[in-house]
Parts: sequence; C-alpha cells; structure tokens
Amino acid sequence: MMTEKELQTKSIEYRKKILKYIYGAKAGHTGGSLSCVDILNVLYNTTMNVGPENIKSADRDRYVQSKGHCVEALFVVLADKGFFPETDLETLCKYKSHYIGHPTKKVNGVEQNTGALGHGLPLSVGMAISAKLDGKDYKVFTLLGDGELPEGSNWEAALTASHYKLDNLCAIIDHNKLQITGKTSDVCNTDPIDQKFESFGWSVKHVDGHDHLQLKAILASMPFEENKPSLIIAHTIKGKGVSYMEDQIKWHHGVPSEEEYTSALQELDHTLASL
Amino acid sequence: METIVNKRPGTGQANLEVFSETLQKLAQFDKDIIVVTSDSRGSGKLVPFAEKFPKQIVEIGIAEQNLVGVAAGIASTGKKVFAVSPACFLTARSFEQIKNDVAYSDNPVNLIGISAGVSYGALGSTHHSLHDFAALRAVNNMIIVAPADNYETEQAITQAAALNQPIYLRFGKKNMPHLLPESNDFQFGKGRIIRNGADLTIIGTGETVHPALQAAERLQAEYGINATIVSMHTIKPLDYELIARLAESGKPILTVEEHSIFGGLGEACASFLMENNYRNPFKIMGIPDEYTVTGSQNDIFNHYGISESGILAAARKLVS
Ligand SMILES: Cc1ncc(C[n+]2csc(CCOP(=O)(O)OP(=O)(O)O)c2C)c(N)n1
Ligand SMILES: [Mg+2]
Repeated sequence: MMTEKELQTKSIEYRKKILKYIYGAKAGHTGGSLSCVDILNVLYNTTMNVGPENIKSADRDRYVQSKGHCVEALFVVLADKGFFPETDLETLCKYKSHYIGHPTKKVNGVEQNTGALGHGLPLSVGMAISAKLDGKDYKVFTLLGDGELPEGSNWEAALTASHYKLDNLCAIIDHNKLQITGKTSDVCNTDPIDQKFESFGWSVKHVDGHDHLQLKAILASMPFEENKPSLIIAHTIKGKGVSYMEDQIKWHHGVPSEEEYTSALQELDHTLASL
Repeated sequence: METIVNKRPGTGQANLEVFSETLQKLAQFDKDIIVVTSDSRGSGKLVPFAEKFPKQIVEIGIAEQNLVGVAAGIASTGKKVFAVSPACFLTARSFEQIKNDVAYSDNPVNLIGISAGVSYGALGSTHHSLHDFAALRAVNNMIIVAPADNYETEQAITQAAALNQPIYLRFGKKNMPHLLPESNDFQFGKGRIIRNGADLTIIGTGETVHPALQAAERLQAEYGINATIVSMHTIKPLDYELIARLAESGKPILTVEEHSIFGGLGEACASFLMENNYRNPFKIMGIPDEYTVTGSQNDIFNHYGISESGILAAARKLVS
C-alpha cells in the first residue's frame, strides 16, 4: 500500500516526465495531461488490478482513456508500471514510433485506440456488459474530458449503462473547466453534470482530483450504489503543478520553450522538496 | 504541347489561413454568412473571425453530429452556413447528418474539413481523413473540392458562398506555394492545367499537386520526360472532358492524392477511363490499405512516395 507521500512523490515524477517527453517531441497535450495524472496515478497504483503480469488475463480490470489526447500522462504511468521501457518514450511522435499523440493498442497496456472524443464511454459500457455476461468481477474505468461531454455518444452510453445496471463501471470526468476554445461553461455549458447523470440513473460523487487519498477512497467505494454505474466528477486544474500553465487555454497543447521547461522542472523539484 | 514555365511566385500561406481571411472579407458585406464550429475555431484559424463578427458565429462544443445537423437547420432558413471542423470528424462522425440533413434534404451547407488528409501527422489515424472523398463521392448532391494553393482556396470559398448547394471543401495547414501566377480560371468541376508536357499526365489534388509539379520539373531536367500536371481540385463532379482530352494521346496517367487509394480521385478517373475504352498505362498513388505509418505529414508522404522523389520514380516507371 502506498502512502500519501509516496503517491504525491510519484505524481511529481510523472509530471516531470510528461514535460520531458512533450518537450522532446515538441508536441503533446500538456495541460490536460497534468490535470489527469493524479487520477491515473491512483488508478494504476492503488485501485486497478492490472499490470504487465496480467495484461492478457480476461479477469484484469480495464481502463479506457476517452480523452485520448492526454496520452502523455498515460504513457508515463504505463512505463512506470513496467509495461514497456521508459526509454521507448524518446521516440514519441517520431517516424514509425507507436508512441504517437493518442493511445493505440500497439503500445503494451493500452486497451483501446482512442483520440476521437466521445468513444471511451460506449467502449467501456461494452466491456462492463461483457463482464456481466461472463459472470466476471473485473471493473471498467474510463476517463473523460469535461469538454467532450457534448458528444451525444456519451449520453447514449450513459443510458445503456444504467439500463444494464452496470455497477462494475466507473466513469471519471476530468473536470478542469477548460477545453480548446475557452471555458467549458462558455463553449457549451454542461452544468449541472451531477444532476444530469443522476437523472440518467447513475450514482455520482465529487472529488478533488488532485487529492490522492480522497481519490483512493472514492475509487475503493465503487459501486457507489448497487445496480448503478458510478460517476466521479474530479475537480482538477488544467496544467496543475506548473503555476504558469495552470488554468490557461494556451497550455491545452502548448509546448514549453527551453526556458519554460527549465522553470517548470525547478518548480516541480521545489514542490517535491517541500513534501 | 509546349511547356509552360512555372513562374513560382513564392510560398504562400496555409490554405487554412486563406480560408479564414476570405471568409472575413465576405462576412463584412454579408450578414447571412454564419460560421458554425465545434471547439474548432482555433484549429480553423477563426479566432479573428469570431472577434470581428461575434453575431455570425455559432459555437456548438465538441459534438460534430450536432454541428452538421444544426448547420443544416440554419441553412434551411436561407443563410450561408460554413460548418467548420477537422475533416476526420466532420466526415466520419457526422456522415449521416451530411447524407440526410445536408445532401438529401438539400440544405446548402458549406462543409469545411480542416487539417485534412494526414495533416495531423503523429496524432494518428483517428485524426486522419483518408476516407472523405470515398465516403462523400457515394452521396448524391455533394460537391467535393480540395484546393491546391492559396488562389484556388480563395476562389473556392468565394464561389462556394455564392453557390447555394451542398459542398465539401477540405484543406491542410501547411504553407502552400503559389502554383501559378494569379489567374481567373478557377471553376468548380474544371481541372486546372498547371504545366503542359507530352509524355505523361500527373493528376493531383489538394496538397499533392505541389510535389507532382516538383517531380515534373526534375523529370524534364534530369530525364527529358515532359509531364502535364493537373490540379483536379474538384473530385466530384469530376472533369471528364479534361480527362478524356488528356487520355486521347494514349500516354500514361498517374494520379496522386492524400487519401486512401480506395474510392478517391484515382478510382474516379479509372472508372471513367475504363468505361470509355481508354487503356492508358495508369497508376493510383495515395495511402495504401494498411495500418498507416506513423509520423509527421512529411514522414507519411515520403513513406508512401507522395513526394517529389516518389512521384518522380513512379512516373519514370510508368513511362518506360
Ligand atoms: C470527436 C473529436 N472532436 C474534436 C477533437 C479535437 N479535440 C482534441 S482535445 C479537444 C478539447 C478537449 O477538451 P476536454 O475534453 O475538456 O479535454 P481536456 O481539458 O482534459 O484536455 C478537442 C476539441 C477530437 N479529438 N475528437
Ligand atoms: Mg477540459
């Protein structure tokens, strides 16, 4: 069992690596990777029964990243779990590399090819239905961006999930309140997200998406209600951990300059030292 | 045929930028121009448009099916609608809305597919549109256009705004050279001859016309092979008259497109040639039916020979 400090330390290491590989590739989704990395950390290091040793097992827990553009966070966590050598990430976005700007099954540990938004929830619903059909008790987790909620496929899948009483399914919304154009509430207001999902038959909880212990506890408590799919609205900050990137649309897919990169690493090291 | 010397007046902007600027010029004088976006105004270079004409832009959020449905509804009331979204999502996610709400119901939406083909490079196949010509060719009442340079883009947007018919335009985001000095010969459905040569014809579309032209110049300089280069900006309706004229000599025909080799420009030309008993040596260049190689747009072009040297090699083989 990892302590809070160990989880916090890992998250800072992950953040540094996310920046390193984005800086190296001169491409990537910086802000959204930094906003979701604590969630991935807790999922892979405390919650899910999945690792390189059981990735082929039919009983493993599944994770589908609907917000596929934040692949850098996923790659860094998968490398840390031993799915592939971290040095592979030096080829990020290069010719013939399978480490491209979105998750694909060519990379060990990735469950599904995503990148077009609004696909993760239906895919996860399918996996959860199949678990029920097979009488298996694995769980399915999926991570959505808040900006992708207007895709109708999400709401169609939300209906299917409650119709089939998928209490083995947990969707997590990385609620960083930003998308490309601006604030999610200005682009297409989806509030109140909790009431919408509740009226669709889901059980909903809010969490601070950067608080490892809260995340761990809430994930361990799913299903929140018997016979209902669980939704976690994780309140996060886009660009979290690097003050000049926080809550700025510029950093949706902004790539740091050398100076910016150095100052980001300094800030993260400073945070690490003060843990 | 004599050889036209290409004057190459230098490198222009990305067609995407020309699209946005042209739309702003038009919107100044035409309040009926409405842009509809799906969190895509940044990628569509439309932030200045939104600032200047806040009443002429409707933001939908990330919901491309809804984008096209809403655009069709607005178009039905007589407005000139430009629905702008990455080509990959616009033509795949919203295909049924395009088929039913735009084409079949005859609502004159201008569908603008941005960052088309493999422009998104290392973002991978979710973001590539290698299916759009094929899918939309099979939809009745749909014009399909891929402008090759800034001039063609400006003309295409201006003429589309006045056309009042369902139309799909796609372009990329890299800077494009001017292929010819400005002229006034752009017309939907009429291919443009960029260069004349008697030994073979290379028909390109969109961003592939430029490497074809580069290949032609080297073919002449290094091998004495003279190629005609055509910008077939309109994939549908295809310029059959021009293809027939070029096929008469019996010389080889090579087509090049930033699209699957299935169902695009090449197969459209091939079926016309076959049905009309032309038996010219013929080859289709494009993206083959495989898991698309990963990398930048340039990497992908080079890998599949959609490049100066790749087209040069294919042309030489076809001629010999
Ligand atoms: C179907 C689809 N439409 C558009 C895009 C382009 N796109 C990539 S990321 C993004 C914004 C996503 O915002 P959000 O879901 O809030 O993600 P986050 O803030 O976590 O980065 C958009 C529009 C896409 N990948 N897929
Ligand atoms: Mg967001």
